[in-house]
Amino acid sequence: MSQHDHDAHSHGSVSSYVVGFVLSVILTVIPFWAVMTSAYDRATLFAIIVVTAVVQIVVHLKYFLHLNFTKEGKIDTLSFIFTAIVIVMVVALSIWIIYESVLMMMY
Amino acid sequence: MSTSATAHHDAHHDEHHDTGRNTTLGFWIYLMTDCILFSCFFATYAVLFMNTAGGVSGKDIFDLNLIAGGTAALLLSSITFGFAMISAYKKSKGGTLLWLAVTFVFGAAFIAIELYEFNHLIHAGHGPSTSAFLTAFFSLVGLHGLHVTAGLLWITIMFIDVAKRGLKDRTVTRLGCLSLFWHFLDVIWICVFSFVYLMGAM
Repeated sequence: MSQHDHDAHSHGSVSSYVVGFVLSVILTVIPFWAVMTSAYDRATLFAIIVVTAVVQIVVHLKYFLHLNFTKEGKIDTLSFIFTAIVIVMVVALSIWIIYESVLMMMY
Repeated sequence: MSTSATAHHDAHHDEHHDTGRNTTLGFWIYLMTDCILFSCFFATYAVLFMNTAGGVSGKDIFDLNLIAGGTAALLLSSITFGFAMISAYKKSKGGTLLWLAVTFVFGAAFIAIELYEFNHLIHAGHGPSTSAFLTAFFSLVGLHGLHVTAGLLWITIMFIDVAKRGLKDRTVTRLGCLSLFWHFLDVIWICVFSFVYLMGAM
């Protein structure tokens, strides 16, 4: 791949933005439709919301923020993965600790 | 010797080839710390959202039609900013200005919807000091709204910069940072509408 191709790739093209946009619209409409029509029970709705949100975040990272594993883009992707791990720890552990303490206080 | 010579060569190479690269990477690192700030607000909301102090819960106050409208505005502004960046890399000044203006309109529409929602809630007696749930809700959604407002200000500044001085390399680098910021805010919004509004309303 020539340097020029590489640049075009990392900046994105009209078609890659359109693909990202269409995927995002689909992944937004699905959970909104499911919740607004109450088409499923709570557990299924919960799963639909989480899965579409995670997939849409990945779509945004790839098509809009242009994260990739090329030599140039690797550092961005790795710093994002590191941040994601920190976030999982902050959010998940906070929720775990607080909910456990609530349970202990109630019984 | 050979190592230092290589290092020198690399530094030299980077200077020539990639002046904007370090700026963009630095800005990306800032966005990652901003991500952690948002995650703390999300954790706070997750812990407090059931503490409604006998008042309203998310199910009672969230208007999903309104939120769908705001989401559409923000998503459209994301793709129009993408077109602005493509125009900027092509050195098309007119295209860049046009798409920046369109992005600003969609971003402003999003903020208008959010202000309408907040105003409506406060006038209905569900202000941020009513319960822990509402405090966490207004803090989290308001923090995102403040970021978008800052983004709108930045778009205005870049519009003037491009209009006056054209698309020099430095300006394109700044636009690149703004594009990261804008798309990043859309990623945060995915989390807000999924975990606050949709889960609150189901």
